[in-house]
Amino acid sequence: MEDFADKGLQVVIGLAIFAAIIGLIMLVVDRAPKSGREKLQVAGFLAPALILLAVGLVFPALQTSYLSLTNGNGDFVGLDNFVWMFTQPEALVTLRNTLIWVVLVPLLASSIGLAYAVFIDRARGEKALKALVFMPMAISFVGAGVIWRFVYAYKGPEQDQIGLLNQVLVWFGQEPKQFLLDAPENTFFLIAVMIWIQTGFAMVVLSAAIKGIPTEIVEAARLDGASAWQQFRNVTIPTIRGSLIVVVTTITIGTLKVFDIVRTMTAGQYETSVVANEMYTQAFRAGEPGRGAALALVLFLMVLPVVVYNARLLRKQKEIR
Amino acid sequence: MSTVPLDNQKELLRDVDDDASQGNPTMQTRVRQRLTSRGATAAAIIIAVIWTVPTFGLLVSSFRPEDNIKGNGWWNVFTDRQFTLENYADVLSPGGSQSPNLLSYFVNSLAIVIPGTIFTLVLGSMAAYMFAWGRFRGKDSLFIFVFALQIVPLQMALIPLLQLFTQVLKFGDFQVLPSGTYAQLWVAHTIFGLPLAIFLLHNFIAEIPGEVIEAARVDGAGHSTIFWRIIVPLATPALASFGIFQFLWLWNDLLVALVFSGGGADVAPITQRLAEIQGSRGGEWQRLTAGAFVSIIVPLAVFFGLQRYFVRGLLAGGLKG
Repeated sequence: MEDFADKGLQVVIGLAIFAAIIGLIMLVVDRAPKSGREKLQVAGFLAPALILLAVGLVFPALQTSYLSLTNGNGDFVGLDNFVWMFTQPEALVTLRNTLIWVVLVPLLASSIGLAYAVFIDRARGEKALKALVFMPMAISFVGAGVIWRFVYAYKGPEQDQIGLLNQVLVWFGQEPKQFLLDAPENTFFLIAVMIWIQTGFAMVVLSAAIKGIPTEIVEAARLDGASAWQQFRNVTIPTIRGSLIVVVTTITIGTLKVFDIVRTMTAGQYETSVVANEMYTQAFRAGEPGRGAALALVLFLMVLPVVVYNARLLRKQKEIR
Repeated sequence: MSTVPLDNQKELLRDVDDDASQGNPTMQTRVRQRLTSRGATAAAIIIAVIWTVPTFGLLVSSFRPEDNIKGNGWWNVFTDRQFTLENYADVLSPGGSQSPNLLSYFVNSLAIVIPGTIFTLVLGSMAAYMFAWGRFRGKDSLFIFVFALQIVPLQMALIPLLQLFTQVLKFGDFQVLPSGTYAQLWVAHTIFGLPLAIFLLHNFIAEIPGEVIEAARVDGAGHSTIFWRIIVPLATPALASFGIFQFLWLWNDLLVALVFSGGGADVAPITQRLAEIQGSRGGEWQRLTAGAFVSIIVPLAVFFGLQRYFVRGLLAGGLKG
């Protein structure tokens, strides 16, 4: 219990220091002389956030870019780290896996989310049905990792299975399988976890978009004798296109940065590593900050076009409105 | 997860509002229902089951005696009803170094997340206020730059930031942000949360009617008075909404914790401990199931308890987008 008191005290001190800093800023900007007061006030309000961002994000990002050109001892090595990344088999596996992730997760999570949103649209109990699929969004990736490792748990064929998936295999007369150990298919079982988490997000956003489709359009299509599938293809999809793109790009960005799932379920072993996990392993476990930095830079370069595309789209939508 | 564009969140809300107004079955409702075939219903149920069963299995297992968890599948509870709270007592109690000692890490999570969220909210809203209502040259370009910082994956900042905390911000034996305390995590989380916080809160604060602020100015109120007396109370819904998002992200974080916490029971959050138990004692399912549930109970409670509230707050913030 004493331990908890210490921790509580630490929090109180932290909050007190923070409050003191903010209070000081407020005091200074209030007491400022009339001339130049506006400038000082602006500076006082902006400075804390901007200094933190400059020191904690902008400068480190630039430094990381430079680090990517050095080796473990800090010597300049040119593009060696990038050569390593694109030639060494273990690094290539990482890139290949990341590619598989970034194709499958957005595609499947959005498709399943969309299908589910359409299926349950206006159905009885829609809200509860939504909550069920949306719930994994609140669960940490680490928690999800435990949940799914338990689903994939393996016991020898002569024993009772404790993992649901292996039990299903046994029920169908198959041998139980080491889902997370056997490459290359183990990557797909990790990807399933990410899809499980992201589908809820896609479903909720797309469901809102579907509800926003003007009823007249749906009605008109129906009167023209369009089948359910034709309506879906020719009315629903084109109308919610904007939301669909936002969903796909958002999930794409999240997938590129995926770290926790791989870290907790396989730690990147058995050929399951991805760029974000390898970055951590190289920089903080293997003592290769240069390689880690290079991987972080590659991650940035992969995220960049997606974000730019997304931002452009948002701007265009705003102009239309 | 940290880059969900505003529009998505807006749509989240719209959705819940739709749910709220669903009590009036009209013509269209019937029309739409006919489009939903039996096959679609079946597919929806299958998806809902797949999305729920893994979590359900974890929850059920966490209440089963150790021998049962390890000996046979959780689906056997329907015939063999034995339940215990032993697993929870085991993972929470402080015991020896081998014990999961999760209560301690649970407290750490709270001690990291609460100040981390408060700092981000205060600094973010101060900056957002100036970007919305301050008068200074270069405002727009500076704001766009801060917005663009969301692109930088936090992986880009980790290595230099750790060096900064441990080597640069150190004068003799005095560390500005001492290792072995929560301070580094608070600051790191604040930095990584600021770009999105400033952007979202700016959108809300900019919508506050200008007359209100003008009137206060005419009465001679300075920025600090306006900020604390007018902006903060009026922006409470937006602050609450973003606060909840930030709370969930920080609670579920693993990467930042791994880099800055040192990993001991005095600082590390529960996600990190859970990941550790998974790595070192992956077969201890009685601990993993109970531990995972302890770690996801807070986000789940926040999610189900406050869903409506944060959704409504964001809606108010994005009326005009």
